[in-house]
Amino acid sequence: MPSPNPITTAAVPPPRGPYVPAVGSYDEMMFPDGSVRPHWAAFGRFLEQCSPSDLRSRADTVQQLLYDHGVTYNVFEDALGTSRPWALDLLPFLVSSADFQTLTAGLDQRARLLEAVLQDLYGPQRLLRNNLLPAQLVYANLGFLRPICGINPPGGRFLLIYGCDLVRGKDGHWRILSDRTHSPSAHGYTLENRTILGQVFQEEFHASHVRRLTDYFDLMRTTMQGLTPQGRRGGAGILMLTPGPAHEAYFEHAFKARHLGFPLAECADLTVRDRHLWLKTLEGLKRVDVLLRHINDNESDPLELKTQTELGIPGLTEAWRTGSVALANGLGTGVVETPALHPFLPGICRALLGEELRLGGVATWWCGQPRELQRVLSSPNQWVLKPAFANTSREPIFLDQLSQADQAQMLDRLRAAPHEWVAQEMLPLSTTPTFIDGKIQPRSLVWRTLGIASQTGRFSFVPGGLARVSPTPDRWIVTMRSGGISKDTWVVCPDAASAQPATPSPSQDRSTTSVIRPARPPSGVPSRAADHLFWLGRYTERLEQTVRLLRTSIHRLTGERSENQSRESAACLALVTSTALIPPTSPRLLDHLPNLMRDNRQSGSLPDLLNRIRFNAASARDRLSDDTWRLLNRMERDARLPAGTFVLSSAQGTLDTLVLDLAAFGGMHLENVTRGHGWRFLEMGRRIERATSALELINAAAPYALKDDSMLPPLLEIFDSAMTYRRLHFARPVLPPLLDLLLLDEHNPRSVAFQLRELAQHVRNLPEDKSPSASNSERAIMDNVQSHLIAFPLAKLAAHPPALIENLSSLCETLIETLQTLSDSITERFFSHATRQVH
Amino acid sequence: MRYNIIHRTTYRYESPVTVCHYMARLAPRPLPGQECPWHEVHIRPEPVERATRMDYFGNTNLYFEIEGSHSQLEVIARSLVEVYPNPTIDPAKTAPWESIRNACTTMPWTPASAAAELTFASSLIPVGPAFADYARPSFPAGRPILEAVSDLNRRIFEDFLFDPTATDIATPVTKVLSQRRGVCQDFAQVMIACIRSLGLPARYVSGYLETQPPPGQERLVGADASHAWVSVFCGQTFGWVDADPTNNLLPSDRHITVAWGRDFHDVGPLRGVTIGSGKQHLQVAVDVLPDGSD
Repeated sequence: MPSPNPITTAAVPPPRGPYVPAVGSYDEMMFPDGSVRPHWAAFGRFLEQCSPSDLRSRADTVQQLLYDHGVTYNVFEDALGTSRPWALDLLPFLVSSADFQTLTAGLDQRARLLEAVLQDLYGPQRLLRNNLLPAQLVYANLGFLRPICGINPPGGRFLLIYGCDLVRGKDGHWRILSDRTHSPSAHGYTLENRTILGQVFQEEFHASHVRRLTDYFDLMRTTMQGLTPQGRRGGAGILMLTPGPAHEAYFEHAFKARHLGFPLAECADLTVRDRHLWLKTLEGLKRVDVLLRHINDNESDPLELKTQTELGIPGLTEAWRTGSVALANGLGTGVVETPALHPFLPGICRALLGEELRLGGVATWWCGQPRELQRVLSSPNQWVLKPAFANTSREPIFLDQLSQADQAQMLDRLRAAPHEWVAQEMLPLSTTPTFIDGKIQPRSLVWRTLGIASQTGRFSFVPGGLARVSPTPDRWIVTMRSGGISKDTWVVCPDAASAQPATPSPSQDRSTTSVIRPARPPSGVPSRAADHLFWLGRYTERLEQTVRLLRTSIHRLTGERSENQSRESAACLALVTSTALIPPTSPRLLDHLPNLMRDNRQSGSLPDLLNRIRFNAASARDRLSDDTWRLLNRMERDARLPAGTFVLSSAQGTLDTLVLDLAAFGGMHLENVTRGHGWRFLEMGRRIERATSALELINAAAPYALKDDSMLPPLLEIFDSAMTYRRLHFARPVLPPLLDLLLLDEHNPRSVAFQLRELAQHVRNLPEDKSPSASNSERAIMDNVQSHLIAFPLAKLAAHPPALIENLSSLCETLIETLQTLSDSITERFFSHATRQVH
Repeated sequence: MRYNIIHRTTYRYESPVTVCHYMARLAPRPLPGQECPWHEVHIRPEPVERATRMDYFGNTNLYFEIEGSHSQLEVIARSLVEVYPNPTIDPAKTAPWESIRNACTTMPWTPASAAAELTFASSLIPVGPAFADYARPSFPAGRPILEAVSDLNRRIFEDFLFDPTATDIATPVTKVLSQRRGVCQDFAQVMIACIRSLGLPARYVSGYLETQPPPGQERLVGADASHAWVSVFCGQTFGWVDADPTNNLLPSDRHITVAWGRDFHDVGPLRGVTIGSGKQHLQVAVDVLPDGSD
């Protein structure tokens, strides 16, 4: 392959402009003579003209957008167990369309080759018998899954999605550093990075004639739809499988799922029955046609693959074997990720495809061969050692950087089990301009590109992908785990026309399926998602109640300190105590406020509730809109109080802001969410929580109010009903009419009666239980709870305060208990909390 | 010898379980020295789905699913098996063990390089210096492989105590090596680890032992449940030769082979995944009776 950008050997003139490339490596933007490569011309002009402050403000915008979108990369090793924000560089990495085109021909061949290798290894194994591949290389590879042998994958392919990391050497040639086959990731990050940089560099993006990503993702949808068995309708269709929110790349999974429109499922959402794969939804089991897999090969099925795993779907291998579900990628595809394969690929390519290998890898030796081992042992300093099989960490070992003792020890390990190691040449990576510490600096580059198989078996590659650079100037190896910085990748075309996506051909498919209102997505809501939405509803409501309670209390701790105020303050203390947020013996609320607002270890504190909200929201991430997510992020930011001295007035300001944020959340849910079961479960969670906490407060307040009516103004304030009361009664509050307003008035959206009416409505719309033993008990519970409330003789009891309190207390307790029964019944019928055992 | 075999497995669940997926390997393998003219598996409750196939190692796998709440699962496998005595091999005639080790690492494809599949660590059986060190006294330079294997077989029999209370299926092989006690499964896995640590191929065999010995013969250890032993690759001429470290013998017609693989994980008679949190109680009973007896 000719070098796409020949290096000129002209003398390097003194550096000009804002960017000085590193000496001695290939720079993506500049020729060695200091002139700008043609495809960087437009962007280079921008960099030259752009002031440092403009760059800095754009970089800030990038950070803000990342924050708003909640882009994270969880790092397993992170001691705090928190998700780390995604690092995205301001400057894109640019590659010319000519370079890209040459490259994709090589990448397509590589993907087809690896598919052919997989077909052989899990089939006739001619590669071993014909001595094209050492048998040990396959047998010692833990990625070689013997239960997969003999399976004819539905759709005919193991590999639908292929990813690889590319690096460019000093000679300007791209080389493959590593292949990603079992569940190649980075689609979500690719999209997200493009969304953000597209916003920050609108004009520059157009001026550079950058290719769009649309075609690629359309093709991905088409390919997945093509895997659906003919004539299947009404099932759950195509799903994306994720290990769950604790996974490092969960954001990526959720983002990709939403972009492609495929529902996100976790292992516990799926079950194998009758050797078919089913999704557990609120309406029962729905058959799954295609599963886009984002979990490891050997963690996919505890029955046939690795048994010691929390993940996986028992029977998945068997379902795939029978052809009832298609997997992308197929199980066992991880076997060809081994870099030990690299030196054998030229021969295999000739044998299996009848072609010469177009795109080489970084020079690699498998140490399982005696001659190659000797070579490494005799000149260790030239090599980077990597585990041949991905059963352990992938972190490379630079032999020249080890102390003499460490190197000797490492070489002993190598001699003891040479087949477990590969040696790769140390390749100085190319550099690309990166915005670090307010300056444009050269950084080493690795480029993850991704391809999707089309129906013809050819692979198309995303015109972009995830570039990564090292944070420091001297690193050779770049991974996101060790603190790398990501970049958007722009494939730059010579003119605007070639950058446009191909015009969609007027395919028959489109014209026949275009309907005004298509049927609702067939998949239904997975039970687990409904579970998280239900609890998201409960915790946001609990947060609102806590915020209102604290705000009302703090109002009475500041200001004029009148006699009235201190009596109301004492009433507030009684209310807070009744919620068990502070110990019953505590004389002063102020002692507890800092912890209630700042300490996430205290159960029921604002940060604790926000953590619970985050967990449930993250777990249903693919079902929440970007705006909702932004709002939840904002809430967390708004709730943050500085450490150190606790300032009452700033606490009050924080609580005021949170009340507005929560109102926005409620409004968003009311106005912007389609009325499906997902909406309904969140709503039921909110109503159950609001009714319960209202009953608890009323139950605590009433006996107190009988002795001291200073309880009533704060109570009205917490219920946001002070204005209504004044308008209805023009008087200082007294207990019976106040109870009517908070308990029985169906027009007051904060009253218990209002919550119950709403709940009854939702319960009527719950999916029916069609099993013969079904009693549809939620409806019975609602009838029961409502009739209790309606029968409460408030008017009659108003004249007899002690009797009123007694009856009220028993009413509140009965209703709270019944609502708990309702919550339990919903949990039992719709959410699965089953534990699994392998024996 | 002709045997009637009944292998009964019962799981009792303290709290009822709903969905279960199982994989059973209960059918005796057809072999040059073994025939299985009749085999059936009876399952209660009745599975909703049942499928039989041959796995990678040539064992018969039975996949089944059970739906609906149940508190007990019973799997009864009945087989009629004919076993012929193995031809006797003169251990002194087998190749030096190093030549087999070296043959396994050659690149051109040979039966030895195929057998090399069984020289590597597997999920339950590690390899390492501790195992190699234990094995070495049996493997002096140039010793014919079957002599060395028989010696290792004897040493494990003598050095290790049969103690059903010492281990369970989750006990790691390294612990068995250090505590020197366990059951047939543990001895087989230790022996495999030793042989593989020297670069030689060894596989795990599961099967049965005759329950009641003919008059005048000793009852073998491990006859009440399914049994496990080892098979070692002894070169192209002799192929795979079995060794039973629990009984210090080279199996002949008193061992019935069901399945083999890299370790217990590949051949376990019954593996299941259940949904449900309660405790489970397992009961296994095996009867291996010479045909015609009662």
